[in-house]
Amino acid sequence: MIHVLKAGLLTTVQDLGRFGYQKDGVVACGAMDAIAHKTANWIVGNQANEATLEMTLSGPVIEFESDAVIAITGASIQPTIFGKKIDQHKPVYVRAGSILRCGYADYGCRAYLAIAGGFEVDRVMGSKSTYLRAKLGGWKGRALRKADQLPIGKETNQQLLVKQKLIHRLQSNADFSQANWSVPVWDYGINRKNITVRVTKGKQFDWFTETSRQQFTSLRYQITNESDRMGYRLQGAALQLKSDQQLLSEATSVGTIQVPSNGKPICLMKDRQTTGGYPKIAEVITADIPRIAQAKPGMFLRFHFVSLNEAEQALLNQNQREEQLQLAIRWKREER
Amino acid sequence: MDLRFEPMGDHGVIITCGDALTDETFHKVVGLLQVLEQAHESWIVECIPGYINVTVLYDPMKIFYIKMVEQDDRNVYTYVVDRLQQITNQIEVFSETDGQTIAVPVCYGGMYGPDLSYVANYHGLTEQEVISIHTSASYRVHMIGFAPGFPYLGGLSEQLATPRKDVPRKQISAGSVGIAGNQTGVYPLATPGGWQLLGRTPVALFDPASDRPFLVQPGDSMQFYPITELEYQCWEAEK
Repeated sequence: MIHVLKAGLLTTVQDLGRFGYQKDGVVACGAMDAIAHKTANWIVGNQANEATLEMTLSGPVIEFESDAVIAITGASIQPTIFGKKIDQHKPVYVRAGSILRCGYADYGCRAYLAIAGGFEVDRVMGSKSTYLRAKLGGWKGRALRKADQLPIGKETNQQLLVKQKLIHRLQSNADFSQANWSVPVWDYGINRKNITVRVTKGKQFDWFTETSRQQFTSLRYQITNESDRMGYRLQGAALQLKSDQQLLSEATSVGTIQVPSNGKPICLMKDRQTTGGYPKIAEVITADIPRIAQAKPGMFLRFHFVSLNEAEQALLNQNQREEQLQLAIRWKREER
Repeated sequence: MDLRFEPMGDHGVIITCGDALTDETFHKVVGLLQVLEQAHESWIVECIPGYINVTVLYDPMKIFYIKMVEQDDRNVYTYVVDRLQQITNQIEVFSETDGQTIAVPVCYGGMYGPDLSYVANYHGLTEQEVISIHTSASYRVHMIGFAPGFPYLGGLSEQLATPRKDVPRKQISAGSVGIAGNQTGVYPLATPGGWQLLGRTPVALFDPASDRPFLVQPGDSMQFYPITELEYQCWEAEK
C-alpha cells in the first residue's frame, strides 16, 4: 500500500490505454509519454502495460507502508526521500515508512512512477487507465487526492531477487538504496523553449488557404495554459479555410491537429474525444508524441512536414531503440 | 465497391463511403464496419465510424513484422490499404437491413425538460405537438462519439430544428434528451452543454459495469416514447 500525503498537480493511474471501445465513444486514455511509462515498468521488472503514476509538472508526496522497488522516468522531477536526493531512471529500493517527495518538473512535463508488482486497481474495459471525464478506471476514476491509499500488486520471484540485491546494497541506517546502473535519459529533442515536431498532411490540409498552409510550417505556435491530457491549444497565426466548408464528424486520433472556427489549432492527445467535426490540417507522427507530451505550456512548437515513409521509418527506429533498452535492462536485472 | 482510402497520420486509414449523407452511404458505413470487425486482422487496433466514413486504426509495428516475414518491401500504409482493399473487394453489396430498433422512454417537460415550452413557442406548436413529432420518428444511430455511448442521431423533423441556447448550461443531467440545430440526442453523462432540453430518460446509455455497457450501436435506430413523471421515478427507483 502507498499513502498519498500530497497529491501533486495532476497525478493519475495510467497504462498504455483502453482500446476497442472508441467506436462507442470511449476515449483511449493511457500514458501521455508511453516510452517513459514503459521504461519505468521495465526498470522495476513489470510488464510494459502495467499501471504507473503519471505525475504532471508538480509531483506528489507518497509514504510507503511496506518496502518497495520503484523507478521514476520521464520529466526530471527532483525526487527525494527524507530530504536525500534519489536518482531517476534506475531501480530504487525504499524501506517501509519512507516518504518520497517529488518536486517541480524542471525538464519535461510528465514523470512516471512505477512500482515492482504494479498498482492493484481494477481493469475497466480492459485497462487500468484513468478516464477523468467519464470518472472510470484508474483510482476511483479520478486524479489522486491526499489520503488516498493505493494497493500494490504481488511481485514475481524475479522481482523479489532484484529486491534482495538492492537490500544488500542498503547502508545500515539508510532509508533507500539504488542500483549501480541506470538507463540513459531518453532524448526528447526539446530544450527549455522550443520544440519541433514532425507532421504528415491532415485529411483536410487542402481545405486551408495557401497563406495558412505556409504560416503553419513557417511560424511557431505557443502551447497555451489550456493544454491538458485531452489536447494542447496553440496560440499563433489563425488558420483559415478557403471556403466555409462544414465537415461531417469523423474519427480523430492522437496527434491530430484540428482547427476550429477561430483558426487556432489544437493538437489532440491521449484523452481526446474519439470523433470531431473540425478540419484536420496535420497529424503529428507517432514517434514525436512523447516529445509533445513532455512540452510545457509556454513553450513554442514548430511543425515540420515529412512523408509517410519518413514517419514510419522514425517509428521503426524508435521502436528498435526501445527494444534495445528493454533488453539492456533485462540483462542488467538478471545479472548475478 | 466504390471506396476512397486516405491516411490518418502514420497509424490510420480513413475509408470514405460517399460524399453526402445518403441512405446508401449510411448502409455502406454500417456494412463496412461489420466486415472490418469480422475480418479479425491482428494489426487492426479498432475501427471508428463517422457519418460518411470508417477510420481503421492499425498497429504499424505489427505490420513491420508481418512485412518482414512476407518479405514485402512496400511501406506500411501501402500494405495496409492493399489488405483493406482485399477485404472490402469481397463485398458485393451491403445489406440494407437496419440494426435493432431500441425503444427509449422519455419523461417530457417539467423539471426534466426545461426547454420544452421554449421549443414549442419557437415553432408555434403546443408542447403536446412537439412531443408527438419527436416520438413519431425513428432516429438512426450514425456514429457514437463526444462521450461514451453518445449517439449522433439522424432523422429529426425539420419542424423541430432549434438553435442551441445562447448561454450553455453548466451542468446537464445524464439521460437528458435534447435538440441542437437539426440534431437530436441523449446525454449519456452529466456534462455542460447548450442543447435545448425536451425531457429525460431513466435508461442508461452507458453502464461500464454491465456486460453490455452500451445501449446502442452504430446502425441501430432509436425510437422515443413518452412516460409520466411517476413512471420515470419508478424506473429510477428500480435501478
